[in-house]
Amino acid sequence: MRDVAVIGAGCTTFGEKWSSSFRDLFVEAGALALEDAQLSGEQIDAMYVGNMSAGRFIEQEHIGALIADYAGLATHHMPSTRVEAACASGGLAFRQAVIAVASGMEDIVVAAGVEKMTDVEPGASTDTLTGAADREWEGFVGATFPGLYAMIATDYMHRYPLTREQLAMVAVKNHYNGARNPIAQFQQEITIDTVLKSTMVAEPLRLFDCSPITDGAAAVIVAPLERAREFTDTPIKVLASAQASDTITLHDRRDISTLDASVAAGKWALKTARCTHKDIDLVEVHDCFSIAEICAIEDLGFCKKGEAGKFTADGETALNGTIPVNTSGGLKACGHPVGATGIKQVFEIVQQLRGEAGKRQIDGAKIGMTHNVGGTGATVAVHILGRV
Amino acid sequence: MLGTKCETCGRYFFPPRSFCPDCRRNGKITDYKFAGNGTVVTYTVIHTANEQFEAYTPYVLAIIKLDEGPRMTAQVVCEPKDAKIGMRVKSTFRRIATDGASGIIHYGTKFVPAE
Repeated sequence: MRDVAVIGAGCTTFGEKWSSSFRDLFVEAGALALEDAQLSGEQIDAMYVGNMSAGRFIEQEHIGALIADYAGLATHHMPSTRVEAACASGGLAFRQAVIAVASGMEDIVVAAGVEKMTDVEPGASTDTLTGAADREWEGFVGATFPGLYAMIATDYMHRYPLTREQLAMVAVKNHYNGARNPIAQFQQEITIDTVLKSTMVAEPLRLFDCSPITDGAAAVIVAPLERAREFTDTPIKVLASAQASDTITLHDRRDISTLDASVAAGKWALKTARCTHKDIDLVEVHDCFSIAEICAIEDLGFCKKGEAGKFTADGETALNGTIPVNTSGGLKACGHPVGATGIKQVFEIVQQLRGEAGKRQIDGAKIGMTHNVGGTGATVAVHILGRV
Repeated sequence: MLGTKCETCGRYFFPPRSFCPDCRRNGKITDYKFAGNGTVVTYTVIHTANEQFEAYTPYVLAIIKLDEGPRMTAQVVCEPKDAKIGMRVKSTFRRIATDGASGIIHYGTKFVPAE
């Protein structure tokens, strides 16, 4: 098994991108990543693309081939594979790319993620996202995706001391960070009041507790660490790649307010990287809803169960806190083009570790973690990356 | 409510499973008719729904633990303000949704408050 490094990364802006098609988005992200690595397309050995639902959003399957074609690599016959795990598609695509290089099977591999969500009307996109849950036993009976996370919030707030204001602080912090991230969908800061006055979606979650519908794409390039300096002066080593599964339905989980897959993947990642929590300088977590970030920082072990509300309100997860969470703005403010998010998280950590994160830079960041969740926690991918 | 039971480990399944996740190939699965009684474990009130359910908002969606053990997701037919964690509920056969004005009517299980 070889050590793997990220040698290039690129990301489109995230938002409602009416003049960018699915193909445009991918090509743009891929080109940015190749530019960054100073690579030419023919040097790519393989590609893994995370995408949740092109079949529903643009009625297109066979994404691996489509992407290879529009990237100009189909005639080079480069192997191209689509990876799907709902909102964890990107994280899993990254892991597959890492495995391909670590195993020695491939040398230079692109891990990308793309989602075009705005070409259907909102009702259809929220119904599509319900496919991340159990269609037959959750969606069919009237569950919506926010409704499922709202039930996690109800359970959590019944058992632990989390206030409605503390929950809102998650969104406030992420918007603050997003306003300092040029690619983020939302560039405006908000207040707790903004959250508490927004439309109720599924009690207790309001509009501003929920990540938006977004178009976007991101791409990173991995290579054997031993070759990384042929392409970049700032190789970022993949210290760990972990993935875990759990029951697809929320009702079958051991504990409704704990994503056991996050706990498992987080532990495996720290063990493989031989890191403790103190070594992690920043973490991108999967805040599809505000409550998801609360659970994530506990499940990953950054604070005790039941304390994440106070931890957040005390500023521990802010840019100047003890463990900055979601410096990119998270899914809430940066946006959540489903398949792209897992790769965007890696892109953010790479920028931070290279010292290229501008106004949201965490000084001296050496090791970062990413946490990408599918559905209500049925799939989780955790990666740890470090400066070499 | 027709579910299943694994005779090998004694675990009940609703929704039904034909493969016991604990015993896997060693499991002996049989049909089991549930009594339909349970307790609300957690819930939400849905205000913004998927297309098929928009007409029914706001409605209560809950995770219910059936007395036999398994948990399931279903709507609770009650005033949103009356929904509570720990309330006792009983299953009932109800219309869930329709495929448009002239399409198939989908029926399934909802729950009503029980004493």
